[in-house]
Amino acid sequence: MTGRWLHIALGGLVSLALVLAAAALSAWPSWQSLPAGHGVIRLSFTHSGARTCRDRSQAELDALPRNMRQAQICERRRPPVHVEMDVDGRAVLARSLPPTGLSGTGPSRVYQNFELPAGTYDIALRLRDDPALVGYGDAAEFRIDLAPGQSVAIDYDPGSGGFFIH
Amino acid sequence: MGAARAALRRGFDRAERGLDIAFGPDWNPLAQLGPLGWFLFWIVALTGVYLFIFFDTGVEAAYGSVEWLSTDHWWHAGVARSLHRYASDLMVLVMFTHLVREWAMDRYRGARWFSWFTGVPVIWFVYLSGITGYWLVWDKLAQYVAVTTTELLDTLGLFGEPIARNFASPQMLSDRFFTLMVFLHIAIPLLLLLAMWIHIQRISEPRTRPPRGLAVITLGALVAGSLILPAPLLGQADLAQVPQSIALDWFLLGLYPVIESVPAGVIWAGCVVFTVLLAGLPWLPHRADPPAAEVFLDHCNGCARCVADCPYAAITLEPRSDGAPFRFEVAVDPARCVACGICMGSCPSSTPFRRSGDLITGIDLPQRPLAQLRAEVIDAAEALAGPGRVLTLACGHGAGGAEARGRIVLPCVAMLPPSLIDFILSRGLAEGVCVAGCAERDCQNRVGAAWTKARFGRSRDPYLRARVPRERVLTVWAGPTEPGRLEAEVSAFSARLADMAPYGPVRQIGAEEKQEARAKAIGRSAAE
Ligand code: HEM
Ligand code: SF4
Ligand code: SF4
Repeated sequence: MTGRWLHIALGGLVSLALVLAAAALSAWPSWQSLPAGHGVIRLSFTHSGARTCRDRSQAELDALPRNMRQAQICERRRPPVHVEMDVDGRAVLARSLPPTGLSGTGPSRVYQNFELPAGTYDIALRLRDDPALVGYGDAAEFRIDLAPGQSVAIDYDPGSGGFFIH
Repeated sequence: MGAARAALRRGFDRAERGLDIAFGPDWNPLAQLGPLGWFLFWIVALTGVYLFIFFDTGVEAAYGSVEWLSTDHWWHAGVARSLHRYASDLMVLVMFTHLVREWAMDRYRGARWFSWFTGVPVIWFVYLSGITGYWLVWDKLAQYVAVTTTELLDTLGLFGEPIARNFASPQMLSDRFFTLMVFLHIAIPLLLLLAMWIHIQRISEPRTRPPRGLAVITLGALVAGSLILPAPLLGQADLAQVPQSIALDWFLLGLYPVIESVPAGVIWAGCVVFTVLLAGLPWLPHRADPPAAEVFLDHCNGCARCVADCPYAAITLEPRSDGAPFRFEVAVDPARCVACGICMGSCPSSTPFRRSGDLITGIDLPQRPLAQLRAEVIDAAEALAGPGRVLTLACGHGAGGAEARGRIVLPCVAMLPPSLIDFILSRGLAEGVCVAGCAERDCQNRVGAAWTKARFGRSRDPYLRARVPRERVLTVWAGPTEPGRLEAEVSAFSARLADMAPYGPVRQIGAEEKQEARAKAIGRSAAE
C-alpha cells in the first residue's frame, strides 16, 4: 500500500482513534452532582410584601380633585418579606428578601436548595410579609421522608393556604 | 512569553511532522483546523436538520422521540444523532487547538488582529449552541443542564420570576419552555455561522473546505465512531428527582461542575475576564508590523497580480489616477498589510536585471526594497567559495530562519520575484539556488508556498523562466524543527552541482555592476 491509500488507511486510523476518544470523553467520567444517598429540598416562591398604606387626612382629601379622593395613600415600594426555615429545629434559613424591580415594586423571591442525607425531617417555615406585624403572618410544619435522589419543592401561595409541597 | 511561544511552536511542528507521515502534508489535520471547523459545522447543521424531522417538541414528547430515533431507527436517525454530537465535540477540540496554534504561530497580532478578535464570539456561540442542544433531549443530563443553567442565570436577577422555578417540580414545567429552547437551538447556531463568516472577512480566499481526502477521512471516522460508540441516552428527566451521577459531555459541558462548586459571582466575573483578556491578547503586547507595502505608480500597469496574490486582502484595484494609459492602479491598506512581501514577488516590474535608472518596482516593501534584496544577494554570494556554491533564500519562519553564510532570510519565500533566481544563476552569483520555505503543510503567510510552487511550475504569473535550469534550483519545505534536514539537502545539492558541467549562459557580474547595485540599494533607503 502506498501513496494516498496509505494516507487514507493511516489517517483514517488516527482520525478514528480521535473520534473514539472524543466519544468516550463525551460521556465519561461521570460527574457526581449530588453526594450519594442525598436528596434535595428546594424552597422556592415569589411573593410581594404587603403594601404600606396610611389614611389621608381630611385636609389632604380636600386638596385633591373630586375624582381622585381615595381614602388611603400607598407606597409603590414593597417592604421586604422575611422568611425562616428550620430543619429538625435547626435554623437553616433566616432571610429578609428585598423586593425586586428597579423601584422595588416587584415581588420578593427566594430559590434555595438544601442538600440533605436521605431520611425523615421535620421542616418548620415562617413568613412575615408586613413589617408592621408582630410575629409571623404565616407558618407551616411538614414532615418529609427524603429518599436518595429525591427532589422536594416547597412553595408558598397565600391563595392556596400558605406554604405547600408540590 | 516569547520563549513559551517558541517552545509551543516547535511542539506543534514536531506533532505535525508525525501527522505528515500519516496523512501527507496536504491532508495534515493540524494544518487544516479552520477548514475542519467549518466542515464539522456543516456536518452538525445537516444532521441537525435531519434530526429535527423526527424530533417532537414537548415535555413528554421530546424524550420519547429521541428514544425512538436512537433505538428503533438507530441505523439512520440514531447515527445522525451520534454524528451531531461527536462532530460538535470535535468542533470544540478543533476550535481550541486552532486558537492555541494561531497564537503559537504568532498570526494573531499586528494587522492580523481581526481574525483573532472575531474568533472570540465564535467560542461563545459554539458553547451556547451545545448547551441548548443538550437541553432538548430532556433526559437526566438535560435536566441537570437545565437546572444548573437556570440557577446560574437567576443570579443575574434579570428575570422577574426565577426561571429555575420552572424546573423545581414536574407541575411547573410547560411545553412553552421547549418551544423556546428549540427556537434558541436554531437561532444560536445561525449566529454562530454569521460569526464564523465575519471571522474570515480579512483573509483572501479563506480555506473553508478541507481537502477532499481529509474530509472523507474525517466523515468516515465520525460515522465509524458513531456506529461503534453510539451517543448514550440517559433515563428520562424527572423533576421529582435530582440526577445524581451524570455522564457529562466534557467538551461542551465541562465547566458545569465548576459552576456548581464556585460562587456565581466568580463564574460571571470569570466569563468577563476570560473574554476581555482573550479578545485583548493581540494588544498584550501589541506587535507592530514593518511598514506596509508601497505602490510606485510609474512602474505599475494595473495588472492586478498583486491584488490576486496578497493573502490578507490588503490591496485593492482602483481607477487610474495619474493619467497613465492604463485602466487601473492599486492601493494598499496599511492597516491590513503584514509586510510579507508577496506582492513584490508577484509584480512584473520586479526585475533585478535592470541597470538603467533606479531599481524600483510597482509595489515594494519600504523596509526591504527589491534594490536592497539584489544588493544582499550580491553580498551573500561573495561569501560563497569553492565548487557547488549554493545561495539560499529562506523563509524566516522555517528551518532556515536563522542567519547563516550564503543565506538570505525573508518574511516569505513568495517575496522572491522568480527573475531574481534567473539573475543569480545567469550572472554567476552561485551555481545553484536553494529556496527554503516554511513547512509545506501550512505557510506562515497562508499562500506563499502555493504561489511559489505555481510560479516555479509555470502555472501562475510571474513564471520562472523556462531557460532557468531546474536542476540548479532546489526547493525545500521544512519547519523550524528541521534545520538538520535543510542542511543535509543543501549539502547534497551542492555536491550534485559540483559534479555538473558549468552552467553555459553565465555572463559573470562585474565589480562595477556590483558597486552600482549596492549604491542603488543605499540610494533607495536614503530616499525613504
Ligand atoms: C470553530 C470555530 C472556528 C472556525 C471554524 C475557524 C475558522 C477559521 C478559518 C477558516 C480560518 C482561515 C484559515 C485560512 O484560510 O488560512 C481561520 C483563521 C484564523 N482563526 Fe479561526 N476559526 C474558529 C475559531 C477561532 C478562534 C476561537 C480564534 C481565536 C480567538 C481564531 C483565530 C484565528 C486566527 C488568528 C486566524 C488566522 C488569521 C490569519 O492567518 O491572519 N479562530 N479560522
Ligand atoms: S506585503 Fe503585499 S502581499 Fe503582503 S500583506 Fe502587504 S500588501 Fe499584501
Ligand atoms: S503587480 Fe505590480 S504592476 Fe501589477 S497591479 Fe500590482 S503593483 Fe501594479
